[in-house]
Amino acid sequence: MNKPLVWMGQAVLYAALAAVILVFTRWPSYQNLPADSALIKLSISHQGKVLGDCVELTPEELAKLPPNMRAPVSCPRERSPLTVEIDVDGVLAYRQVAQPSGLSSDGAAVVYHRIEVPAGAHAIEVRMKDDARSEGFDYTRSETVTLAPAEILVVDFDAAERRIILL
Amino acid sequence: MSSGPVRAAWLRIEEIIDPLFPGGTNPMRNLGALACLMFAALLVSGIYLYIHFDTSTDGAWQSIKRLSDEQPWLGGWLRSMHRYAADLFVTFTLLHLLREWVLGHYSRFRAMTWLTGVPLLAFMYVSGIGGFWLNWDVLGQYAATASAELIDALPMLDGTLARNFLDSGAVSDRFFSLLVFIHLGVPLMLLFGLWFHLQRVTRPRILPPCALLLGQLVFLAAMALAWPVTSGAPADLDRVPVALALDWFVLHPLPLATALSAAVFWSLLAVLFGVLLAMPVFYARHTEPVAVVDADNCNGCRRCVDDCPYSAITLEAHPDGKPGKQIAVVAVERCASCGICAGACPSATPFRSVSELVNGIDMPQQSVDSLRRKLVDDLAHAETAPVVVFGCRHGIDVERNRSVDVLGYNLLCIGLLPPSFIEYALRGGAAGVVVCGCADASCEFRLGNQWTRERMLGTREPHLRRTVPPDRHRVVMLGRHEQGPLDAAIDSVRKNTSQGGNP
Ligand code: HEM
Ligand code: SF4
Ligand code: SF4
Repeated sequence: MNKPLVWMGQAVLYAALAAVILVFTRWPSYQNLPADSALIKLSISHQGKVLGDCVELTPEELAKLPPNMRAPVSCPRERSPLTVEIDVDGVLAYRQVAQPSGLSSDGAAVVYHRIEVPAGAHAIEVRMKDDARSEGFDYTRSETVTLAPAEILVVDFDAAERRIILL
Repeated sequence: MSSGPVRAAWLRIEEIIDPLFPGGTNPMRNLGALACLMFAALLVSGIYLYIHFDTSTDGAWQSIKRLSDEQPWLGGWLRSMHRYAADLFVTFTLLHLLREWVLGHYSRFRAMTWLTGVPLLAFMYVSGIGGFWLNWDVLGQYAATASAELIDALPMLDGTLARNFLDSGAVSDRFFSLLVFIHLGVPLMLLFGLWFHLQRVTRPRILPPCALLLGQLVFLAAMALAWPVTSGAPADLDRVPVALALDWFVLHPLPLATALSAAVFWSLLAVLFGVLLAMPVFYARHTEPVAVVDADNCNGCRRCVDDCPYSAITLEAHPDGKPGKQIAVVAVERCASCGICAGACPSATPFRSVSELVNGIDMPQQSVDSLRRKLVDDLAHAETAPVVVFGCRHGIDVERNRSVDVLGYNLLCIGLLPPSFIEYALRGGAAGVVVCGCADASCEFRLGNQWTRERMLGTREPHLRRTVPPDRHRVVMLGRHEQGPLDAAIDSVRKNTSQGGNP
């Protein structure tokens, strides 16, 4: 093939490559969230209450343990699962029972969920239960929030203050 | 899949493009090298970016924007090149994988190269997606949150990574440094992995041929000048980045995971990697006899070691016990059965006056002795002086060309041909000899046509003796469908003979 044809052919192929790169580095634009929507991000990482009480061991029970393990009080480490429910405008939008992490189920339970809602005002109620031995929910929070398009509302739990927080 | 319509179609496309890229510069035949070139461009531009990069959440976006605003000629240019090189790196690597897959290059002697290629894919995506985090604009915010959510969905992790991106206060500079560390560390792992990938490939083509290399660099530089890459608005964790101009080359896994759900995405990915890693096992192609060494005819000259394209030969102490003498030893699992070693061995000269031509290293399925016998027999029975054509069974079929005055021999690889066979054929009555290798950069065993050309030119041992009249033989490297040029080569040596005298 003669030189000019080679040059022209290569130019066409390079131009095609440039076009492909230019197009697919920006198009089609990705709609991460529908227009006029907002996002509720439910994200809680929390250690539930331990499942049982500490018990004092009898001398016989103590004697069965290896000498270096003879603590007079035995505390169970397993923790309660975490139950989280969220209502948006009076309708249950999400419910999750999260098991504690860790081999002995003594770690934090994690809840993470995205809820897309139309922008505007919404009545939100969040309920959380972290103690398997209690009746009903241990924490509740109701709030009416107004969300702008694309705004993110984070629902978290403040372990120090022991309350559900909306950020 | 290794033979069949897909393979045939792929090879056809390569051959259609060949004329546009002379001298082995066809990009389709240099995809691994192109990927390496882009990786090198990423490293060089990346170092400059890192020097000017502020590894804090507040400073990152500013520092990159400053680069584009204040030094568009260097910083901004390199930044744009860094992005486009990443796009091209992913593209070339995926095409490289696809090509090796379609051509069936994943089993036997290539199994190690294939297997060590698979992890590179993971490193590539992690490096690429991780690069977007650092910019910490809305695109970086999306990439970071989506990646974190995806990783959190993995069962063995505690699922709290995404909590680092809950609100602006959550992203600590320490966590951001971790992101920077990933984008520096994983490419280094890629570099290390690449070294493993090329362990079994002798003299790998790490860089494309000059013309292609220059073309690609000019292309990259021109793209970056003409369409500089800019940042989006700075990340704002209180707002979802909507309607993003996504770089689909690098970021496609993230929207895909959202569309499929994280669990389905990870499952599919596990299946894909499982399939890739299992291919060498399940598709082990029929095992061909490998090269065999004959102790009496090997003096340990090393030529076969130097020419073997897959580092399958080593030298060990010779069993005859002479001090310092060595012998070639073939590692069976690495041998590609190409016969290039047979063509390299000094014992292969057909002029030896032995009834059985035993080569130092030889292919049981196509020994130099069988080749000599056939040639002698065919020349003896020829009615008119024929043109002898040596070809390759992976290239144009020269045996189909056989006629009263053309003798064709398809070899395992053109590199199997000891150059002395040309002189031998001419002395045996051939009118001329055509040596027909595969098109540049298309040798199935990578180096066969290159070594052949060098042996014929006399720049590589064993070489064709200079006393052989140059007009009586031709060396051509042709695509599988270039019958015309082959016929022309045959005609030209015949014409030279009828005009000239006997050798
Ligand atoms: C980071 C990405 C990669 C780079 C930079 C790269 C680079 C290369 C290079 C330079 C060669 C030598 C080519 C030659 O000398 O002809 C090669 C060979 C090869 N690569 Fe890769 N590679 C990459 C990823 C992969 C992947 C993902 C696979 C498949 C799973 C793969 C499979 C192979 C195979 C089978 C060969 C051997 C070809 C032959 O023996 O003819 N590579 N690669
Ligand atoms: S046939 Fe010879 S040159 Fe080819 S891979 Fe095997 S040992 Fe190496
Ligand atoms: S080229 Fe032949 S003689 Fe030389 S080391 Fe190899 S087998 Fe032995």
